[in-house]
Amino acid sequence: MNSAADFTSQDSATRISVGDAITPEGLGASSTPAPEETARYALLLGDDCLILAQRLGHWISRAPELEEDIALGNIALDLLGHARFLLTYAGSAWGKSEDDLAYFRSEEEFRSCRLVEQENGDFAQTIARQLLFSFYTHELYQRLIHSADSTLSAIADKALKEVDYHQDHAAQWLLRLGGGTEESSRRMQNGLEAVWPYLEELFADVEPTAELSKNDIAVLPSSLRENVLTRLTAIIEQAGLRVPDAKGALGADRSGRFSEHRGFILAEMQVLARQHPGATW
Amino acid sequence: MSIKKPELRAVDSPNQPITQDAHEAADDARVGWEHFQQLMEEDKRVEPRDWMPEQYRKTLVRQVSQHAHSEIIGMQPEGNWISRAPSLKRKSVLMAKVQDEAGHGLYLYSAAETLGTSRDEMYQQLYTGKAKYSSIFNYPARTWADVGAIGWLVDGAAITNQVPLCRASYGPYGRAMVRVCKEESFHQRQGWEILYTLSHGTEEQKQMAQDAVDRTYGPALQMFGPPDGDSPNSQQSMAWNIKRFSNDDLRQRFVDMIVPQAEALGLTLPDPELKWNEERGHYDYADLDWDEFFSVVKGNGPLNHQRLAHYRAARDNGAWVREAAAAYAAKQADATRGSALLSA
Amino acid sequence: MAQTDSNASADEVPEGGVVTEDPADHSVWPLWEVFVRSSRGLSHVHAGSLHAPDAAMALRNARDLYTRRNEGTSIWVIPAAQVVASDPDSKGGYFESAKGKAYRHATYYTQSEGVPHL
Repeated sequence: MNSAADFTSQDSATRISVGDAITPEGLGASSTPAPEETARYALLLGDDCLILAQRLGHWISRAPELEEDIALGNIALDLLGHARFLLTYAGSAWGKSEDDLAYFRSEEEFRSCRLVEQENGDFAQTIARQLLFSFYTHELYQRLIHSADSTLSAIADKALKEVDYHQDHAAQWLLRLGGGTEESSRRMQNGLEAVWPYLEELFADVEPTAELSKNDIAVLPSSLRENVLTRLTAIIEQAGLRVPDAKGALGADRSGRFSEHRGFILAEMQVLARQHPGATW
Repeated sequence: MSIKKPELRAVDSPNQPITQDAHEAADDARVGWEHFQQLMEEDKRVEPRDWMPEQYRKTLVRQVSQHAHSEIIGMQPEGNWISRAPSLKRKSVLMAKVQDEAGHGLYLYSAAETLGTSRDEMYQQLYTGKAKYSSIFNYPARTWADVGAIGWLVDGAAITNQVPLCRASYGPYGRAMVRVCKEESFHQRQGWEILYTLSHGTEEQKQMAQDAVDRTYGPALQMFGPPDGDSPNSQQSMAWNIKRFSNDDLRQRFVDMIVPQAEALGLTLPDPELKWNEERGHYDYADLDWDEFFSVVKGNGPLNHQRLAHYRAARDNGAWVREAAAAYAAKQADATRGSALLSA
Repeated sequence: MAQTDSNASADEVPEGGVVTEDPADHSVWPLWEVFVRSSRGLSHVHAGSLHAPDAAMALRNARDLYTRRNEGTSIWVIPAAQVVASDPDSKGGYFESAKGKAYRHATYYTQSEGVPHL
């Protein structure tokens, strides 16, 4: 058979290329091993991205419109990419691969925040979760590009550009749902209420993050709080919605001791890999 | 709706009886018909605003929308494995692939829309169960190896069918196929790679791969449609260059391709009669189970109901979102008009 | 992926398919035409179309759909309803005038062959 290329016109609008950017494989091959504490920090950041990608992936084939299947798919792919950078780098400290860390750690060993573990709910709740997480990561990566750790800085640089779009996507939908119909406004408000209690955990000065921030390797979570809240408040009000007054839910320590979702997420994600330990795929 | 409607009311042939008030239109149609015939003879492209026979338009809408529906329903069997993909690399690849299928559906719906049928109308046909899509997606993707087998065999069969369609006589269809084929080649390779890795892995993995190939082989061959003798519309479609080779020709071409590929995988194809025929210069293969095929087409496949229910749930659950976005756009447009009036 | 089962009893309604109506959907998003500039120095070229509720979302959807493989550095979106098109060429002489006017092309002027910089 001929390849499709034989029939391709000189159509510049379909010219495809890989583009120039860091890849998880490249990162794994080149970077110097992460120091122990830095690795634990990278793992914590990576777990957030991995769990959220896992949640978002569920939308593909279920989105409100075909165009949105594609948009959510792109965001999930970006997040999965970020997770792979961060897990690969973390694993370099312990001679473990990204897959060792993703598939063979238990519920107690994950450090994901509860925000990303929340269920998709309806489209509005997913958008609410996206809004909080993308505004938080945008602020975080903006600071992390100045990290004293050059690998973290490079990862943040790549991720920041992508999160910029995630933020925009969430904000655009927030405005449309907030200002669309009565139903959409009600659902959007409910979505915000559902995820708001898990916002505070993002700003908790857990370890090793707090300690690493003293050497400018990590960003001190509490130092992100004011900017993120200010920007969230502004966009939520612009959408004609109320900033929920829910206080942060207790147990904001990323330990998993205060989450019921994490176990189910991992059970599904890890099931096949764990049935065949040591296998390659 | 802003669909490009053709300007001329088409008639099936220039020799149809002509009523008084349709006289001028019929004159245009005669010129259009001659032009259309000439395009066909010279293997040139028909573009959306050209005159075309109504049957050509109908056949194309059916073919292109069925193809689009297949992409959309085809997201489900593989999408089912995104959450359980056994490595992060495979998870990325699969997510990108299933997402591509949404894109392919979208390209194809767009091509069909240029024929005057709105996407919503086509959605409606799928939603109500009136529309057809490829029967293979009514079978379950039971194990991870099915993701590989779908990529290798189902996408492989699709590419075999689609590459010639890059030269389909209808311009927007051909252009959509070019884009689809470019992206599809990654799909087939990733499938083959999954199976290769499995067949060179543990005993259990190899068995998983073999089972998936055994399940997928027959339905994949049936993707080319019924044997030529039972495919009454093929002749006309070939004359119109919206089908470039017959079902059996394409099927043969595909079989000839996958036999050596299966050998390279170290897997067998589940057909004891499969052997090289020196005289024909092709592989002979056994008859396929067409009773089963037609039964699935009629809605009795293992997962017909589940696939449609999944699709409907997505449409239903998304209705308020689509409505909200449209309402927001209308309000914004009103506001813009209002402020323009004020500043005038 | 995937094709259709070409011509397989195409007009039958599947027996298993419950025929229900899609709940009245007053929310059909309009069609947009997408133009992509693949790299600096080139024009925007028509890439395809899509549906979106408004211009801002059309631009974003175009980015997600038509530049997934690094195809573009700039995008235009235009409401399909706003495209004004000429009549199809089957209708006659619209482009006839441009044919046969060889004197509009440099190749028509042969005297200068061999003369540098002309």
